[in-house]
Amino acid sequence: MQKEYRTIREIAGPLVFVEKTEPVGYSELVKITLPDGSTKRGQVLDTSHDIVVVQVFEGTGGIDRRSSVKFLGETIKMPVSGDMLGRILSGSGDPLDGGPPIIPEDRLDIIGAAINPYSRDNPQEFIQTGISTIDGMNTLVRGQKLPIFSGSGLPHNDIALQIARQAKVLGSGDEFAVVFAAMGITSEEAQYFMKDFERTGALKRAVVFLNLADDPAIERLITPRLALTTAEYLAFTQDMHVLVILTDITNYCEALRQIGAAREEVPARRGYPGYMYTDLANIYERAGRIQGKKGSITQVPILSMPGDDITHPIPDLTGYITEGQIVASRELHRAGIYPPIAVGRSLSRLMGQGIGEGHTREDHRALSDQLYAGYAEGRDLRGLVAIVGKESLSERDRKFLDFADSFEDRFVRQERNEDRSIEETLELGWDLLSMLPEDALTKIDRKLIEKYHPTHKKRGS
Amino acid sequence: MEMKKGQISRISGPVVVAEGISPRMNDVVLIGKERLVGEVIKLVGDKTIVQVYEDTSGLKPGEELLDTGAPLQAELGPGLLSSIYDGVQRPLPKLSEAMGDFITRGASVPGLDRERTWKFTPEKKKGDKVSQGDILGEAPEGNITHRILVPPGVSGTISSISEGEFTIEETICVLEDGTKLPMMHKWPVRVPRPFSEKLLPDIPLITGQRILDSLFPLAKGGTAAIPGGFGTGKTVTSQQLSKWSDAQIVIYVGCGERGNEMTEVLTTFPKLEDPKSGQPLMGRTVLIANTSNMPVAAREASVYTGITIAEYYRDMGYDVALMADSTSRWAEAMREISSRLEEMPGEEGYPAYLASKLSEFYERCGRVKTMSDAYGSISAIGAVSPSGGDFSEPVTQNTLRIVKVFWALDSKLRERRHFPAINWLTSYSLYTGHLDDWYRKNVSEDWSRLRQWAMEVLQKESELQEIVQLVGSDALPQEQRLTLEIARMIREFFLQQSAYHPVDTYSPLKRQFAYLDAIRTFANLAQKALSLDISLEDITELPSKAELGKMKFEDDIDTGIPAVVEKMHKQFEKLGV
Repeated sequence: MQKEYRTIREIAGPLVFVEKTEPVGYSELVKITLPDGSTKRGQVLDTSHDIVVVQVFEGTGGIDRRSSVKFLGETIKMPVSGDMLGRILSGSGDPLDGGPPIIPEDRLDIIGAAINPYSRDNPQEFIQTGISTIDGMNTLVRGQKLPIFSGSGLPHNDIALQIARQAKVLGSGDEFAVVFAAMGITSEEAQYFMKDFERTGALKRAVVFLNLADDPAIERLITPRLALTTAEYLAFTQDMHVLVILTDITNYCEALRQIGAAREEVPARRGYPGYMYTDLANIYERAGRIQGKKGSITQVPILSMPGDDITHPIPDLTGYITEGQIVASRELHRAGIYPPIAVGRSLSRLMGQGIGEGHTREDHRALSDQLYAGYAEGRDLRGLVAIVGKESLSERDRKFLDFADSFEDRFVRQERNEDRSIEETLELGWDLLSMLPEDALTKIDRKLIEKYHPTHKKRGS
Repeated sequence: MEMKKGQISRISGPVVVAEGISPRMNDVVLIGKERLVGEVIKLVGDKTIVQVYEDTSGLKPGEELLDTGAPLQAELGPGLLSSIYDGVQRPLPKLSEAMGDFITRGASVPGLDRERTWKFTPEKKKGDKVSQGDILGEAPEGNITHRILVPPGVSGTISSISEGEFTIEETICVLEDGTKLPMMHKWPVRVPRPFSEKLLPDIPLITGQRILDSLFPLAKGGTAAIPGGFGTGKTVTSQQLSKWSDAQIVIYVGCGERGNEMTEVLTTFPKLEDPKSGQPLMGRTVLIANTSNMPVAAREASVYTGITIAEYYRDMGYDVALMADSTSRWAEAMREISSRLEEMPGEEGYPAYLASKLSEFYERCGRVKTMSDAYGSISAIGAVSPSGGDFSEPVTQNTLRIVKVFWALDSKLRERRHFPAINWLTSYSLYTGHLDDWYRKNVSEDWSRLRQWAMEVLQKESELQEIVQLVGSDALPQEQRLTLEIARMIREFFLQQSAYHPVDTYSPLKRQFAYLDAIRTFANLAQKALSLDISLEDITELPSKAELGKMKFEDDIDTGIPAVVEKMHKQFEKLGV
């Protein structure tokens, strides 16, 4: 029998201190009933013989000393079922779409256990996103966690939506199920996502969790966990390939800092709690493949870098956990190029495992190395041109300069609904490389040049 | 042994407060019904503060708690090699058998296999007096001979000792006072194992990697740091070290790293071969994997588990190489636990004792004379992941104060596909002085002068590069252009080394010397030629130069180098030198 307590001693920010007599478990779920009958949920943060500290997800507004507190005797569980696809849920997992409550096939702990590194499988299946800068230069593979580092005002949402729409694994008819978790985004942004999901029919194979900007910040701490618990169920019990989009991690970390401050914890860098690395790892590491399981979880978290500063603790710690990053560039965005992906600063650590013969094409690695090198050289020359003018450049340098411009205009730039196959992307790359003198293609094997270079191809045919 | 019972009085994250027991600091306690493992980290009044190695959700005040009366210990004995452990020495394959693909709580799996038998051959006999660290006998394990030692703190006269197949718990030796000795013993991980004397590290750890052995050598028993985490080829470098270094035992501690990356290590290492013996590399390797989302307290312990196993093999008289990847994650684990304890923070929230913990760890490395008068060593290579790439942060700074070697992996070099991507200008080794004697005796009298020469050329090149960037290389005088050319030869012929080419992947010291010496010979002859007004173009186009560059991929390189040098002399003679 669960006892109800009306012994709230203190309320500070999102925390409620309750005096009690029965032992209460750490991280146990708590229900608080306000005098007007409405209820709020919370979680035990600290428990001792007489006092329990409860963190309230929906915010403490309206709670008074006479509110009743009930400890539910279990940690937070997420009801999951295969029928969840197509549903829209709140940041705490309640239906928002007017549909019936989820009839659970299972109820899972949302904290989620770590995958045994020994049981993991190596991620190596190429995911075609249809975006050249990702497929060609920073390849995403199944089971990877690849965040988009963006800034305010940049079209990261469009990029994420495009990935969600177009992502597919070549040679398999498998479509991705999408788990979308919004944390602290505006209702306008949320609508933008929802409209797009509805318009393209993607909603049918998506589960959406919405915690909006005016929802309690504390709820943001459980939203991604609910989403990932759902994803794990879909992937490892229902054998689906799941793409998880989390947006915006920055809001999540702000909530983490808020809670830390309310608990009067000793802060680490910039006021963020010292355990932020572990906390983020507990989210990001819930991606991957497991030996002998058909499904997989691929994560694309979005985070906006405060002040475009990549060394800020949030992108910095994220970069140490995720397998690379896609960096959005303000410079390209200003130049009117979509998607404004800065290939030089982006990186996919698992690219090597997912490309080449048997995955994409034998020339992929060499081609992307050469494109990187050529683009970098061309960009460097832009600085020089600003000082000495284009006229004083050598013929060779001018070619590199033009190459960099064309690379941005034709390879980076594409339409929001343009779904390029990997062949198209690679051919486009070769086409661009043919602008450069052939002896400058030092990173590509002779044989590959003869096989794929447009000049040779023409001669061959 | 009867374990004392106590009660939980408070739970906050991984920190649990208990009453009713009076354990010693660092004793292990078992918490709650699930017997979660924890360690005593603080005693206040009659309260005991415990750090728990597993998730504490659902624990309640009032639940039982057992004091084991012993600190966190590693199990030491045959069976360690080719194991894959988590941070508190639980075998991961066994864990996945016991609880499936996810690591849940409360599983207790012993570190060493209790069923497996090992063939024990005694070296001592009845009536022999033995004391701690003495070798009782041997059991073959993996690629090595496992020497069974008298555990620290034990001594006496042997009353019986038996040969045959035993499990690690069966008695192989009885002393006259009745002490029964099995092959296995336990040792508290936070306590350094005893040895008789620490020696100056004056023997190099030979890696067969030219830039490491010739320019920035690590001594056996030395310590090195590599900045990692930026995709600079840390994995390939550590694999090359595991494969080729002349340490008999390799211990790899993956501390707080990515799950998928750990999987890469766990799937590639077992496939690798020990090039010298042809046996699987795992036969001399212990892997410890505690990924970033596994419990933070176990991450903190993983480094100690690793070094304790390393010390155990050192005590048998082996040379051990330990790789800790990454020590920054380890430091963060300390920070996290410290902040849960509400300790006063030092720099950037790290505990004030960060520096002393780091130096304590590195101090457990070194070359020693063991208790049985054998020589063993632990060389440590610690990866640091400076946050925001900022080398002034506390972990990097404190590490660099302790370690003697810095291998600066450089992403710019990687982009240019220069492998190994170790920057020759920012790297350093403080062992060169200690090791010179060894190199002089074992390789060549001329070794240190040759190294000095190469470093000077590379240094000069970087100065000249600055000018070249402003005015172009054509504006330089011939002599300086020659320096650039020679530096390019050192970089491209000597420093670049392919990990995947069968010949180039390992270069013995004599060959390294001959190769670099040949480049110096070319430099000297070219210098002479210049002074005779022979044009630089004529010199650089000599076929022997290109031939020297290709030499490193040839099977007959060791006879090939002197042949090329001979040709070189002839070709210069033709030019009139």
